[in-house]
Amino acid sequence: MALSNVLETPAAGFNFDNAARNTALEGLFDGGQTPKPLKTGTTIAGVVFKDGVVLGADTRATSSEVVADKMCAKIHYISPNMYCCGAGTAADTEKTTELLSSNLTIFSLNSGRNPRVIMAVNILQDMLYRYHGQIGASLILGGVDCTGNHLYTVGPYGSVNKVPYLAMGSGDLAALAILEDGFKPNLELETAKELVRSSIHAGIMSDLGSGNNIDICVITREGVDYIRPYQESQFKDNRKMKYKYHPGSTAVLTEKVVPLKLEVVQEAVQQMDTA
Amino acid sequence: MPNLGQQISSKNDMIPDWTSQEVSTGVSTGAAGPWRTEAYIANRVTDKLTPIHDRIFCCRSGSAADTQAIADVVTYQLGFHSIELDEPPLVETAANLFRASCYRYREELTAGILVAGWDRRKGGQVYCVPIGGMLVRQPVSVGGSGSTYIYGFMDSNYKPGLTKEQCLELTAAALSLAMERDGSSGGVVRLATISEDGVERRVILGNQLPKFSTH
Repeated sequence: MALSNVLETPAAGFNFDNAARNTALEGLFDGGQTPKPLKTGTTIAGVVFKDGVVLGADTRATSSEVVADKMCAKIHYISPNMYCCGAGTAADTEKTTELLSSNLTIFSLNSGRNPRVIMAVNILQDMLYRYHGQIGASLILGGVDCTGNHLYTVGPYGSVNKVPYLAMGSGDLAALAILEDGFKPNLELETAKELVRSSIHAGIMSDLGSGNNIDICVITREGVDYIRPYQESQFKDNRKMKYKYHPGSTAVLTEKVVPLKLEVVQEAVQQMDTA
Repeated sequence: MPNLGQQISSKNDMIPDWTSQEVSTGVSTGAAGPWRTEAYIANRVTDKLTPIHDRIFCCRSGSAADTQAIADVVTYQLGFHSIELDEPPLVETAANLFRASCYRYREELTAGILVAGWDRRKGGQVYCVPIGGMLVRQPVSVGGSGSTYIYGFMDSNYKPGLTKEQCLELTAAALSLAMERDGSSGGVVRLATISEDGVERRVILGNQLPKFSTH
């Protein structure tokens, strides 16, 4: 039973050890500013349609007021039939989803079965609850397995919601408004993609933390279509990307040459064996 | 400790416990809809009635993450216990398992739970496990942030010996009244009737709720 999972099931009961460690760490800074983790202001959304699940995300990663990454990938691979969008602290979403992906791969190899979405949800909920909200990851998990098409959201405190359509992140209110208006059960593929695209677009337009391009990931029984980018931002700047200056562009004012004195301390010759 | 996670403090529910000649002993439980993350409704159609065993349900209020975790733990423990004994578990056992977790970790948890079900020994029962980890059996119980608005209603309208239909009507009416007044309650009303014959679940959508306000 333990072999199926690298993540060892911890001892029974709730484990709040890390919460104590974190308060102790805060004490180290003595009232000063504790380091702030990089958060991706984000808009992510997901919709269950007739044949599967469509996930969408923007591609902006911010570090306070500066855009740190214009083409950040927020839709993470979990397994061939499951992808996960992450909002919150960038490092947390990245590592949590990687950990989940490794665990499910090991499970697949051990049992010879495709992982189910509910398994991923349980592992995530277990882990996030154990860390009592200290891992800042709000995840939208979508996938298709033998039991059907599923879309779940897992909050940073470990709460789980199963819903047919969903948006998370700082731009979620705008995105959810579009989803609430346009969602119907059993949508067709193109309608579902357009709905997710316009909801992410609404998030990008209305939220400062979201922006740049839109990524879409379509998961069906047949396979996965990861379209990156699905829609590019109209506001693109022209960057040369190569900053090479010809010799002589900068004037040399003074020149000073200092030879480095090297003494030979030891010299050894070793013959190489050649056959 | 400030709890910034998802709250289901909106929940309010009531569980009358009745015996009657017409209807086999059982319990009806109800719970109202949305989950709250501060001012944002994370899910407006949450299901707060969680099955713990075949004939035992729990109603969850407080922190969503905490109550989901506790319910999962108790479901496991109760399932194991039931398999060991090779017979259906008692509602009192389930309630005690909840109490054990809620009391031991009372500093870290925010969970108000109502445990309700049917077993052969005592029939329909309702146990209240509020924040702090008390355990008490009651004929009728309400919980959650909206429950404060309906204590008077329940006190005056509940009588022992109601039929199943009367209980369901009473529950739905109480929940509607609470949802009307409490900002954190709303969405849909979920009802479950648990008896010897099994569990019957019903959903009353927002527009089908009984209307009370005249202004």
